[in-house]
Amino acid sequence: MVVAGGGLMTAPQAVLPASGDYDATFIVDVGTYNGPLDLLLTLIRDERVDIDDIPIARICEQFLRKMHELALNDAAEYLEMAARLLRIKALMLLPRHEGDEAWEDPRAELVRRLLEYQQMREVVDLLERRGEDRRNRFARSWFPTITAPPQAPLALSLAELLVAVDRVLRNVRQPGLHEVVPRALDVDGAIAIVRAVLALRAQARWRDVVRADAEPWEVLSALLALLELARRNELKLTQHQPFSDVEIRRELAGEAA
Amino acid sequence: MNSLAKLLEAALFASARPIPTDDLATLDSDASPAAVHAALEELREHYNVDGHGVELVEQGGGWQILTRPEYTEAIERAQLAARPHRLSGAALETLAIIAYRQPIGRAEIAEIRGVDVGAILKSLLERGLVEVTARGEGLGRPLLYGTTPLFLEQFALRHLEELPRVDELTIALRPQAAAAGASHLNAAEEAAAPEPAASAA
Repeated sequence: MVVAGGGLMTAPQAVLPASGDYDATFIVDVGTYNGPLDLLLTLIRDERVDIDDIPIARICEQFLRKMHELALNDAAEYLEMAARLLRIKALMLLPRHEGDEAWEDPRAELVRRLLEYQQMREVVDLLERRGEDRRNRFARSWFPTITAPPQAPLALSLAELLVAVDRVLRNVRQPGLHEVVPRALDVDGAIAIVRAVLALRAQARWRDVVRADAEPWEVLSALLALLELARRNELKLTQHQPFSDVEIRRELAGEAA
Repeated sequence: MNSLAKLLEAALFASARPIPTDDLATLDSDASPAAVHAALEELREHYNVDGHGVELVEQGGGWQILTRPEYTEAIERAQLAARPHRLSGAALETLAIIAYRQPIGRAEIAEIRGVDVGAILKSLLERGLVEVTARGEGLGRPLLYGTTPLFLEQFALRHLEELPRVDELTIALRPQAAAAGASHLNAAEEAAAPEPAASAA
């Protein structure tokens, strides 16, 4: 688990990542402290100890206790600091000779970081004051819509313009035109065929008056012929159920007429 | 008020963002920089002396008409305008480091703060308070961040130089470090850099 030192806003204690951007990163807002340096600095201030002579054993112990209190045991940065403090504590315990010039205080690096952090905190205080002052003043809240900059006049030769027109025209889709060939229906011819069929037998079927490979105009002609003859009562059309064969029966009345 | 002051007032009223002095000068080509400054002063005096609900403030790299703080509560209660969210301490720390040491990479910020700053940097970028200003020379050419004009605006700063220099900061813990860290925060780091005893782990 990684502790990222809290969200941007002053947020509740634990902030669950709002989106998948943080993946497994679990952001914990410790609330009181902005990180291990902040905690350490607070301890030093509370204990009123001299930063140039930090009683490292005492501070280290307090740091670990605070970590435990705040349940920060899993927080990598706090753990790292705890390890660093323990290391310094160990180095301080090593015996050294009186007046050893080469000896360097193992706390020096930590002190440098603390001072740097402290300086930064001072700037934070200033930003906080200025930011708060600005927060309490409203500006006009209307934002102008960004207007596109005026277009420069076109600088084109006639040839370029024609090429552009040609390019546009070439991409225009040709409309799908069909040539319609008028085919005259031959209703009279069809009537003659039906009459001829019915002259031979009293009853016929659709297939008897229309060839199997008939063209659409022939089919239509036959249909119109049948309807016409039915209208003239020369025959009677029956279909027992939808899509079944059509029965064509010679009508006696028509024959008489 | 003279006519130039009135012209500037109209422009400042029309804008939601601070207007730099140079941009104000373009409003009237006949006006000298000195005349523009005098007119701005006149306008500021006008708001202050006659008593207005707004005032003229120089900040965020320019001039802006802002409401006076004493009316904030009432305006917010009536829900006519809302104050922006306050930034968290962690965000302010990150901003402070960037403001002083820009351009600066994420790793260096994390080192000073002692915690990772990835998520906070992302939010600051989204809020337009920082931006990527350069790429570092080091391994992987890390992104370097700097503050934006909006940062100045939201922290009522005229320009970055208005922030106190590091040697002007009162270092509560050890005053003599101020002498070592004369120019900027990083001077202290340089002073302590050849110090292998503690870092050799």
